[in-house]
Amino acid sequence: METPIDLDAAFSALADRTRRAILARLAEGEATVMELAEPFEMTQPAISQHLKVLEEAGLIVRRVEGTRRPRRLAKPGIEAMDQWLTMLRKALAANYDRLDGLLKEMKAESTRKRS
Amino acid sequence: MSKMSLRTEADRFVVVTRRFAAPPRAVYRAHTEPELIQKWALGPDGWTMPVCICEARPGGRIRYEWVDGKGGGFHLTGEFIELVPFSRIVHVERMHLHDVTPDNHIETRFEADGSGTLLTMRMTLPDAATRAAMLATGMEHGMEASYVRLEKQIAAGAGGLAAEKCV
Repeated sequence: METPIDLDAAFSALADRTRRAILARLAEGEATVMELAEPFEMTQPAISQHLKVLEEAGLIVRRVEGTRRPRRLAKPGIEAMDQWLTMLRKALAANYDRLDGLLKEMKAESTRKRS
Repeated sequence: MSKMSLRTEADRFVVVTRRFAAPPRAVYRAHTEPELIQKWALGPDGWTMPVCICEARPGGRIRYEWVDGKGGGFHLTGEFIELVPFSRIVHVERMHLHDVTPDNHIETRFEADGSGTLLTMRMTLPDAATRAAMLATGMEHGMEASYVRLEKQIAAGAGGLAAEKCV
């Protein structure tokens, strides 16, 4: 069974620069906590805390491999947020394109009235 | 055309900007006069807004009703908080889908930009349940639009479909 996506938690998780950087790194492929900590000059517990937030938001998942716990992107989480923003973008873009046409009509109308 | 920008700000806001080739006065009017709003604030193709109440004064009521002409529809209610003619509107609105969504606080600014207008709309990000409900409703609309397009293609003749397959 798939975990339901908590979009609020997902957006909160993305509000942090380090967490966005972690996601960008994971977009390139799976990585362990140690590998993730390296470029950030942060302690492993600090990185683990960020990973926990991302995990709870449904953005990343972990795999067990012996003593290693590599993390990777959890696609559904990212997609659910994208989907919502995409839908909003589409509806607004359609509205504003129509508004362009209406504004043109309004202008023509006022020009007619003046002449 | 990529005239519109939409971005999230912190974890609570969505900021949308868009330029229009008309002065702030005209763009503002299109946001506050019912007979103008009904011509453009319609969402996906095929939807209309038969009811549009927009009392553009502080405390004034807002009520937009949309229908798809096939028995589907939903509405939005709200109130105006502040209006500065031709430059700023602050209002709250809520969608009435299966349930009523929490209030969304929206600030819309209209700034002169050359001979045109730069519109900036800053809205509160709805909570997860609201987004899910809006998404579900939007999906229905989106699918509807796809079916309409498909119907048009089919009406245009099988030749068009065959040609597409060859691509």
